[in-house]
Amino acid sequence: MSTTVIPHDLEPHPLTGMYNGKFGIWLFLASEIMLFGALFSTYVLLRVGAPPGQWPAHGSEILNVPLATLNTAVLISSSVTMVMSWAALKMKKFGSAQVWLTITFLCAGAFLVVKYFEYTDKFHHYQVWLNDPMPVGGHEVTTIKGHLTADSPKLECSEKTGAFNIPEYVIITPDGDHGSSGHGEAVRVEGSKIKRISNFGPRHSPYLATYFTMTGLHGLHIVGGMVVILYFMLVGGAIWKRSPEKYTNRIECTGLYWHFVDLVWIFLFPVLYLL
Amino acid sequence: MSLKGVHIAFIAVSLLLCAGFGAWAITDWRETGVSVSFYMGVGSFVSGIVLAVYGVWFLKKLRGISSI
Repeated sequence: MSTTVIPHDLEPHPLTGMYNGKFGIWLFLASEIMLFGALFSTYVLLRVGAPPGQWPAHGSEILNVPLATLNTAVLISSSVTMVMSWAALKMKKFGSAQVWLTITFLCAGAFLVVKYFEYTDKFHHYQVWLNDPMPVGGHEVTTIKGHLTADSPKLECSEKTGAFNIPEYVIITPDGDHGSSGHGEAVRVEGSKIKRISNFGPRHSPYLATYFTMTGLHGLHIVGGMVVILYFMLVGGAIWKRSPEKYTNRIECTGLYWHFVDLVWIFLFPVLYLL
Repeated sequence: MSLKGVHIAFIAVSLLLCAGFGAWAITDWRETGVSVSFYMGVGSFVSGIVLAVYGVWFLKKLRGISSI
């Protein structure tokens, strides 16, 4: 049986100056930059072209900045642990490298758990637009943001438009100051007074549609990275025994991908949450 | 570019984020008085200092490995 030797698997290729795996991951990352670049461009065009009042002045009016800050810290930490894993392999410390890799995996999991809570909150948080102003908490308002109580009828979506149908009535607990929930008294709003009702999901506004598209795609990249890291956590020992250099190179490629994913978040965070 | 070079660039960008976010959070705290913003701002500035120290330590630790 003949064995096929892949050239420049370990040593740098004379033309590119790097081993083939690293060249491949850089090509892949170039295509990823184009993908996210297109989405960021779309965001800019939508925001600049939005009619007055259709786009929030700051994402923090709608989104949870403290949770996103926590997630940012988690992702930056995961990049540090990822590079520590690679550095340990360079120093021939396989056991230590696997520990760092496991911590990276746990950080990625923590990021997704926080994101799950953030998404869930958005899907259970509603906005009601009114036909005419009505008094809520001593103020005349044309829109109410808050959580629907359990007594409210279940909302159904229109098959044609995907928007929520106007229900017979809703009972909503308005948000308190600065978006904190559950401070106001529950208000009953008749269907005849409702112009539109929506949760803070993608159908709410172009801003939230952009938010869910970009953070959702980023989340999928996190899941992809976790699959690769989990693979190396499980079979890394066997690869290391066969060829320590090859395993070190693979972890470097994984680390390059992981840094790209984290870098995307470092741009997403201020763009979506702060500006 | 190797992972070392990318990581150094990443830490530099993270440092900028810490400074920018710290300034944003402190401004928000001064405008709204929300204490969480104050703590986030201070935490962000402290994180920036920690990242700068880490960056220098990382460069020293991996001196023998090329950044290219």
